[in-house]
Amino acid sequence: MHSLKPVTALGGIEPRTDVFHHLSIIENDGLALASFAARRGFELECQTVLKGLLGVVPSVGKAIFNDPISGFWLGPDQWMLTAPHDSHELLADIVKNECGAAASMSEQTGAWVCFDVIGDALLAFCERICSAPIRQMQGGDTRRTSIHHLNCILIKQSAGDQIRIFGPRASADSLHHALFTTATALA
Amino acid sequence: MIINHPLLGPRDSAEFIYLGDANLIDRPNWQAPTAAKDFYEYAYLRDNPAGWHDELWFHEAGDRSWLVVTRNTLTHEISNVALARDVARLRGRSK
Amino acid sequence: MNQVNRLKGGQIDRSVTHRFKFDGKTFEGHQGDTLASALLANGVRLMGRSFKYHRPRGVLTAGSEEPNALVELRNGARQEPNSRATTIELFDGLLAKSQNRLGPLKYDLLAINDRFSNFLTAGFYYKTFMWPAAFWEKVYEPIIRRAAGLGSLSQLDDPDVYDKGFLHCDLLVIGAGPAGLAAALTAGRSGAEVILADEDFRMGGRLNCESLTLDDQSAPAWADDVVAELKSLPNVRVMHRTTIIGAFDHGIYGAVERISDHLIVPDLGKPRQILWRIYTKRTILATGAIERPIAFENNDRPGIMLASAIRTYANRFAVAANKKIVIFTNNDDGHRTAKDLHAMGVEVCGVIDVRADAPRSLDYEVLHGQVVDTKGRLGLNQVKIRLENGNIRSLDCGALGVSGGWNPNVHLTCHQRGRPTWRDDIAAFVPGVDLPLGMSVAGAASGIMSTTGALQSGTDAACAALSAIGIKSRAITIPQTEDAPVSIQPFWYVKGCRRAWIDLQNDVTVKDIQLSHQEGFRAVEHLKRYTTLGMATDQGKTSNMGGLAIMAELAGTSIPKAGTTIFRPPYTPTAIGVFAGRHRGQDFHPKRLTPSHKWAKEQGAAFVEVGNWMRAQWFPLAGETKWRESVDREVLAVRTSVGVCDVTTLGKIDVQGAEAAEFLNKIYCNGFAKLAVGKCRYGLMLREDGIAKDDGTAARLANDHFVVTTTTANALPVYRHMEFVRQCLFPDMDVQLISTTESWAQYAVAGPNSRALLQKIIDPFTDLSNDAFPFMSCANVTVCGGLRARLFRISFSGELAYELAVPTAYGDALIRKIIAVGAEFNVTPYGTEALGVLRIEKGHAAGNELNGTTTAQNLGMGKLVSKTKDSIGSILSERAALTAPGTLCQVGIKPLNPADPVIAGAHLMNEKGPIDAAHDQGYVTSACFSPNLGHAIAIGFLKDGDLRFGEKMRLVSPLTGIETKIEIVSAHFIDPQGERLRA
Repeated sequence: MHSLKPVTALGGIEPRTDVFHHLSIIENDGLALASFAARRGFELECQTVLKGLLGVVPSVGKAIFNDPISGFWLGPDQWMLTAPHDSHELLADIVKNECGAAASMSEQTGAWVCFDVIGDALLAFCERICSAPIRQMQGGDTRRTSIHHLNCILIKQSAGDQIRIFGPRASADSLHHALFTTATALA
Repeated sequence: MIINHPLLGPRDSAEFIYLGDANLIDRPNWQAPTAAKDFYEYAYLRDNPAGWHDELWFHEAGDRSWLVVTRNTLTHEISNVALARDVARLRGRSK
Repeated sequence: MNQVNRLKGGQIDRSVTHRFKFDGKTFEGHQGDTLASALLANGVRLMGRSFKYHRPRGVLTAGSEEPNALVELRNGARQEPNSRATTIELFDGLLAKSQNRLGPLKYDLLAINDRFSNFLTAGFYYKTFMWPAAFWEKVYEPIIRRAAGLGSLSQLDDPDVYDKGFLHCDLLVIGAGPAGLAAALTAGRSGAEVILADEDFRMGGRLNCESLTLDDQSAPAWADDVVAELKSLPNVRVMHRTTIIGAFDHGIYGAVERISDHLIVPDLGKPRQILWRIYTKRTILATGAIERPIAFENNDRPGIMLASAIRTYANRFAVAANKKIVIFTNNDDGHRTAKDLHAMGVEVCGVIDVRADAPRSLDYEVLHGQVVDTKGRLGLNQVKIRLENGNIRSLDCGALGVSGGWNPNVHLTCHQRGRPTWRDDIAAFVPGVDLPLGMSVAGAASGIMSTTGALQSGTDAACAALSAIGIKSRAITIPQTEDAPVSIQPFWYVKGCRRAWIDLQNDVTVKDIQLSHQEGFRAVEHLKRYTTLGMATDQGKTSNMGGLAIMAELAGTSIPKAGTTIFRPPYTPTAIGVFAGRHRGQDFHPKRLTPSHKWAKEQGAAFVEVGNWMRAQWFPLAGETKWRESVDREVLAVRTSVGVCDVTTLGKIDVQGAEAAEFLNKIYCNGFAKLAVGKCRYGLMLREDGIAKDDGTAARLANDHFVVTTTTANALPVYRHMEFVRQCLFPDMDVQLISTTESWAQYAVAGPNSRALLQKIIDPFTDLSNDAFPFMSCANVTVCGGLRARLFRISFSGELAYELAVPTAYGDALIRKIIAVGAEFNVTPYGTEALGVLRIEKGHAAGNELNGTTTAQNLGMGKLVSKTKDSIGSILSERAALTAPGTLCQVGIKPLNPADPVIAGAHLMNEKGPIDAAHDQGYVTSACFSPNLGHAIAIGFLKDGDLRFGEKMRLVSPLTGIETKIEIVSAHFIDPQGERLRA
């Protein structure tokens, strides 16, 4: 077991949670991420692999929540897979074993910060931070969007009052600041 | 403007980066005897229509697809949006 | 209680009294007042001074089209000039000051301008102040600058925060008067997603201002009921105090919602205003109409208002503009003011109508004639009338209501170059055929001027708009109310007037328009610019029509033929702060922090912004006070022992796929197909025109897996370019790309002891000996007992060096570990400055050299461009002009006198001869002090530089008076044979 301890995206030992009366912003440090890109000529194999991992292949703009591996559509022939970091730290390698030459896998864990936002004011909150049509989105809808000039991924969870935001990890402080000040403005 | 992404539906053009004329897809053959002239025209000569224009947009804040958008430069009306990859294949850029 | 002009009724809340100050004097008003209505209630008519002539002015209107009553609202950092008193919601403690005066408002010293009106006509600036030329900058301009402009800024930072937001709807209804309310109600009841926005704090539009009944309810009560129902519907969003500022492409609208402007200060943490971007499928413009005045002699005195404004102040705000009023009109609507005010006990001294067939009244005199003059400099006290039979009469009064007709408020229909069209029957412009996509117009804004007409057209427009997007709806049954036709005789100005105002805010008179015509500026676009008519903050809402009607008459043409200027966003003046939103100061753009940032801060590093990244620039030790001390030390430490630098910011792109190597062959000018697994290679990327775009290294981790690096600045553009090549040029090539810049923390470990240091970090199964892991090797390794990592033996510094990458979350732990185990080698953290010095000493090109004008040839890498394969830029790089004799070539530069500095950006001139552009030989791109060599060094480009080593030249910067003697040398100042690299 190696001797290096990880830090969270916000630079702490433990992930950070901010609780307001109308909203909570929870840094989620528990996910491993890996990008899955189908190689040419292997599209059918990839569908089989993904079905095996997720149950259903996520279609355009959709996320599938499965246990232990979830996934969402990223682009044509490309998906992002997520899983609990504790059990699946080597997610990219694990899936590569499944798909072999059929897909290109790339570890993405370090590139993202994850915030789960929950609360009554969620819809108003989303309307302040990004142009995603949150009131029309269904559970599982996934949308790449811009939050305060940051390229983020927004997933509407099945529960009505919860979203997951993935943002660029190096800008975690800036993204958190944007979410925090927005929540304050709505308090 | 709103660009109707063929997969993702209507998106604010602010999510995209504009490159230029879609004729950039038609990159010349480097081994043609007229290659020097072909590449010069490809790199430098453009029509600049006041009207319909096929152009390349990159969905940088989205799915990273390149799109070919047919837009009227006078009215900003957009009549067609296609994945650049599909357009490239139609224009003979498959192997 | 001093509110001498208060009437009964109105929609103010008398149970809430607000005390406020205007020009230092305290007054009282009520909740529901505007500053203008409260001032009028207190008998205050004088509210400002005009722009050019400093004439005493009062309020003209009761809306956002106000040209005269512009005040400085609030004081201190929140002071806001040019605030319209007619739209400022009164609150307790409000402070306002009149503008544009020297000395007190009553005795403005600059009123002297009014005496020189003959000389201060339009075009004045173009014709005077021309001579002597030198006087313009020193004398005239400062004087004009002092006298010019309205209001003043506090010069303090805006302390408020502004938010942005994004809304989506099926239907946006702009304006909550009768047409807008009918439309919103129709759409709301159908279940469509509706947004209703109105700039006012009360919804209802003119329903709040008229003495109408709708069925058996008062107009305001009907409006209140509708708004209450709308607010009860979950699919309807009702937005008060929200101005739709612009109609943008494809149904996108900009809106400013004033959250806190009616409070003395915003609540803690709340924004002052929000800029909403509204995405609509359909929009109904229901912005009503704006009344226009008539021009006559001295038509600008305090107390002269639009007739409908007098009516609004009476009906909505329970204020009589004065105890004695006169009306001057060319249409039936002006008479409504007389009726309403008379019914409220105000003396109507007369209604002057230009029409012979004007309606008569039993309650007051109706005279057929025209107003030909007024008296009362600081406040109207008399009007002079010329009757149709030629007799002159004078009427004493304190307010004159003028009605020249109504202009449909077409503003937003023009934002995408739509031109309004003229309608003779109402003598006004209505929206043209080219409307913004998805927009339809209802009510008075479309030329339907009665209340019944507005209600009906509102509900009909909603049904049509919803039907077009597939939503079923039912028209509402509209209440019974007035349905009067428009009865008007076009009348724009009284003939023979000498001083008659058209544009009150910019002080443009009838005479100015005549002058413009005389001077040949006859097109309406020229009229506007020559006279500045319509160019003030009100965009000519009460003046454009009069101006172009007069121009049409002078030109002997019809109004439709003369045409009209069009409007542009924003609809009303908008705070710059709301466009900035949260992005100001430290939040101007997001920051990107490296994995070692926290650790670097603990070390007291100085940071520099590199794009959005914060990078450590140098790491000062205790006792070091100048940056050179730190940087020189860091550079020496790297070359004598070992240093560590965070290089995470350089772009990293994962390139995989069966044809990954072939893909790299396309984007790099040099070859990659034969690069062995476990090896790195320098790659030079060209633009299609042969100019160098970016450089980096590609490491082959497997047959089908490369990691490509880019410069920090070009990470995004290179990725974009690679996707272009992949998708648009070679759509069937088997290659997949993803950015991994932020996935991996990456540190450069450089110096003679770098191997020894890394042997303590990298798990022993990786043999780091020179034979097993030579220069330009790469491998997947593990560190610290099993953490996955990547090792690249590449060197930017020219020393024995490696780059070690671990997943980002471990980057903080890794830098601390490197420092800990490196202590025995005195490992030195180094920043971007030392990084730069090291690579200049080595002669490595970087962003300064790849400056968008240089080719591979210029960089001394002409041979790198493969002629046996197709790659971006290879063909055009062979163009004769890029390879001809005299082509620039990268060289090194050193001063003859070792104490002399070398300045980047300086130009190279021959040792003798003229110093000018024609004799320019080249320029310096990168320069620094080399602690290893003890003098300044530089890299630059010199014509035929590779043939001129040893030549003595001059380095010049004529703008800053620099001339230094230098020598051309090889840019590889340190270890030109690369022995240290390959150790």
